[in-house]
Amino acid sequence: MTVLVIGGGPAGLAAAVSARRRGVPVVLVDSSDQLGGQFWRHLPDERPAAHPERMQHGWSRYERLTGELTADDGCEILTETQVWAIERFDEGRSTIAAHLVTGPADGTDRPKRTIRADALVLAPGAHDRTLPFPGWDLPGVFTAGAAQAFAKAERVALGERVVIAGAGPFLLPVAASVAKTGSRVLAVYEASRVRSLAAGWLPKPWRLVGAAGKAAELAEYAAGHVRHRIPYRTGHAVIAAQGDGRVEAVTIARLAADWSPIAGTERTIEADAVCVSHGFTPRLELPIAARCEIGADRFVVTDAGQRTSVPGVFAAGEITGIGGVDAALAEGAIAGHCAAGGEAGDAEIRAAVRSRRVFDDFTGRIEAAHGIRPGWTGWLTDDTVVCRCEEVPYGRLRSVASASSSASLRALTLGTRAGLGICQARICGRTVEDLAQRASGCALDGTTLDRRPIASPIRLGELAADDAPRGARTDLPPTGAHQDAHGRAEQEGAHGRTEQEGAHGRTEQEGAQWRTEQKGAHGCTEQEDAHGRTEQEGAHGRTEHEGARGRTEQEGAHGCTERKDDNT
Amino acid sequence: MPADVVIVGAGIVGAACARALAQSGLSVTIVDRGAASSGTSAHGEGNLLVSDKGPGPELDLARYASTLWPTCAEELADELGPEFPSIEYERKGGIVAATLPEGAEPLLSFAESQRDAGVDARPIGIDDALELEPDLNPALTAVVHYPEDAQVQPVIATDALLASARRHGATVRLGEEVVGALRGADGRLTGVRTTRGDVAAGAVLVAAGPWTGDVTRALGTPLPVLPRRGMVLVTTRMPHRIRHKVYDGDYFAATQSADAALQTSAVVESTAGGTVLIGSSREQVGFDARLRVDVLREVAGKALRLFPFLTGMSVMRSYAGFRPYMPDHLPVIGPDHRDPGLWHASGHEGAGIGLSLATARFIADRMLGTPLAMDDAPFLTTRDSLRPYLEVAR
Amino acid sequence: MTARLLPPDDDPIRPAAPRAIRIAIDGEPAEGVAGQTIAGVVLGSGRLNWRRTSVAGSPRGLFCGIGVCFDCIVTVNGERDVRACQRRATDGDVVETQHDVLPEVAE
Repeated sequence: MTVLVIGGGPAGLAAAVSARRRGVPVVLVDSSDQLGGQFWRHLPDERPAAHPERMQHGWSRYERLTGELTADDGCEILTETQVWAIERFDEGRSTIAAHLVTGPADGTDRPKRTIRADALVLAPGAHDRTLPFPGWDLPGVFTAGAAQAFAKAERVALGERVVIAGAGPFLLPVAASVAKTGSRVLAVYEASRVRSLAAGWLPKPWRLVGAAGKAAELAEYAAGHVRHRIPYRTGHAVIAAQGDGRVEAVTIARLAADWSPIAGTERTIEADAVCVSHGFTPRLELPIAARCEIGADRFVVTDAGQRTSVPGVFAAGEITGIGGVDAALAEGAIAGHCAAGGEAGDAEIRAAVRSRRVFDDFTGRIEAAHGIRPGWTGWLTDDTVVCRCEEVPYGRLRSVASASSSASLRALTLGTRAGLGICQARICGRTVEDLAQRASGCALDGTTLDRRPIASPIRLGELAADDAPRGARTDLPPTGAHQDAHGRAEQEGAHGRTEQEGAHGRTEQEGAQWRTEQKGAHGCTEQEDAHGRTEQEGAHGRTEHEGARGRTEQEGAHGCTERKDDNT
Repeated sequence: MPADVVIVGAGIVGAACARALAQSGLSVTIVDRGAASSGTSAHGEGNLLVSDKGPGPELDLARYASTLWPTCAEELADELGPEFPSIEYERKGGIVAATLPEGAEPLLSFAESQRDAGVDARPIGIDDALELEPDLNPALTAVVHYPEDAQVQPVIATDALLASARRHGATVRLGEEVVGALRGADGRLTGVRTTRGDVAAGAVLVAAGPWTGDVTRALGTPLPVLPRRGMVLVTTRMPHRIRHKVYDGDYFAATQSADAALQTSAVVESTAGGTVLIGSSREQVGFDARLRVDVLREVAGKALRLFPFLTGMSVMRSYAGFRPYMPDHLPVIGPDHRDPGLWHASGHEGAGIGLSLATARFIADRMLGTPLAMDDAPFLTTRDSLRPYLEVAR
Repeated sequence: MTARLLPPDDDPIRPAAPRAIRIAIDGEPAEGVAGQTIAGVVLGSGRLNWRRTSVAGSPRGLFCGIGVCFDCIVTVNGERDVRACQRRATDGDVVETQHDVLPEVAE
């Protein structure tokens, strides 16, 4: 048998390693030319970093996982490979076929390949959910994920005076990344209020015991003790962006507990880049195409072995719940183990199962603390674009919803074109569904905008072509700029990264199957994103000079950098 | 107080009937187990064609329908106002081409027979074809231009017809499924039983598209309508290069074929939104809506034979729909002779969008006793060709 | 001009010395370094927008940065609808910005 793993981020990498440890051949697929997903997004091979760990968390884990896989002949790694469709059959040795196309992003005449998978691990991840607001379609307004991606993988600063806003723990590491790219972060605005953060994060604190030190960090957030010079304001939102052809200023307002903007609290600040994320939307098109059951919470339903409702199909990472890197690593290890014939109770994955229990708990806490509240529509005007691709304003959605006799999401989308554009409702889908629900009560046609049988665009010529002959190299794209993952690992070794890690004084204890990291003196893990944990690098005594510009960065307890020259 | 008519199915045919009946002063209730236009009407392309029909009753019906659309589009726009989305009615014309040498002669003879039946079917040389459609494959072997072909946005059109019906007093009950018949002591049909209660009516009109088989079985008088799956590809928006509805000459062979196996032919057109829709396929696979890559590959290949430039265009979406297929290839429009009080408006295969308005007129004229614009005998349940397939009522 | 590429000497992660590449955007040259995406090159040259929408002609550039929003699409060496944030730039790339107006409906 072969295990096909779709997605080369933390969950997919952990799954591939786990399956390989049972001796089962693995094919690992990722759409990027690098592994790592979004969490471990890094500079390209053409200009690798000497110190990537300074922009990353858990980099040593990434290196171990990818090092193990790239050295392993039993793991076939297909980068620059899109899964553009998944077919389900009733018969045959395997009921799932994954349709792959390999080549530069959005290329033409790329070779195709079909894999009939005995076991499939789906780990495609998630993307930012950004609620619309007036002016969000101006150039210079980005998602928080864009800021993170361009800071880590391009070393491009998106602006000089940057506002970060939205909801969720992800905003803080984004602020850190942006600050490390030399921009001034004016503030981080979190829509949830302190009380709801406390309500979300603090209940049943004993469940956080497995994640040493996290409770203390989270309590500090809740109490507002964020000691750095980037203001972190809860219960506030960017409710509008203004500018002539690009963002020049934003309007900030205080929010009520239901996220409705409080009149009279508006103020305007100048900004040239605005990075906004109100949480994450899981990428569900592949599990839906595979006909996996999706729960009422809009995530893939899985059991203790990360099995979905479809035999042979497993799911791990953000598509089972927005839980961040720890949950993804744990779930991936379990999924890969079980996909390769193991059982959820096996000793090899016991540590991962423990880890999953702890970190899945965070998923509920994050949602309770930072979940979107319904009053947000109070900051919309009739002109606010809701569907960016098709330029459908809020007022039009409302008027067509009320004029229609259909009570149907489909009539609303086909009547306005909202959700039918090139992004296929990835950005606006949840919002359009929310607004349709409020307007007409329910979507009786049972449609969801998460369903995309064509999971990734494919050229008609490619669609019409036969699959590439077997044995053709579909794992190397035609462009010259790519290095395979093996070559990359060697290069990174040459920069002596292992020595750097030793100097931080961290010890690592490894379980038989699954590694955990025991932390140094600070008792805090090196994790970011959804769990909002800090970088304790400051306490390790590292100082980073930024050279010619004469600024030093010391990372404070909560992972945001402090500038000594200027600040908000 | 019983309604005059209860219509089962709020797709385009049901909606058109609701409007025509309500406008005539009848009290109408329309029920659908889902949302309106959630079935076949939302999964096709919006074809209003005369070009794909050979001489016969269906062509006559299509020509009649073709005269009704322009007026209807104007009336709906006036009635519903500018806030309501446009139904995008466009008489863009059709171009049918043979892509292979052996296809030329059959296409040209077919066109001649259509001309004899009154269709404006114009064979044109390749130079004239390229004038009309510059991006056509210059290696086509025969081309016929049909100026009368038109297109509409089917979901908006259904929605508009329904909104108009409501304005004329029709009641729309969505999320309500018909589970059986209401009958008087004499066994005569007096309405329907649904998951939400009873709907008493003087007449029951079934316009449930491919689900008509299920609905009529529940009522006790089955009609042999079967689903015939079709798949459509949608490209990303591109500069407008395709001006007509263009399809290869295999299309009409496929519609007439009784073969349950896969039949494909290329149908290519652009939409008001700037995308290009590419079909078409026909298969009998029940109600299986799962993606089939082999079908899409075949359809894509044939589309490239018509418009080679499409090879570099991106497909962003695909969907499948189920046409209501009658074994004798004609829709059923009118009273069911087996069960007084039962009426039908279904079985339109791939032509339901266009034929909806003509169907509605036939139903209304029959119900009101006003003269029909043409002979409806070929569409009644009493027609000879349907006899072998009909079960006697319960 | 606000978006910019962090100079390697100022960069704490110490990227390797970059190889310069040059691309053309609607005929205008833009310089970047090897390994950047087309969006990275364009943003690094100080430009925030490189597309105009179909209905209102509004300017768009980068939005999600991870390939899901398709706001950043450009035509690269004749290939339409290429996400600039996903496609690595190659020296000599000919990039054309897209502004795809809607068809005019024949009456």
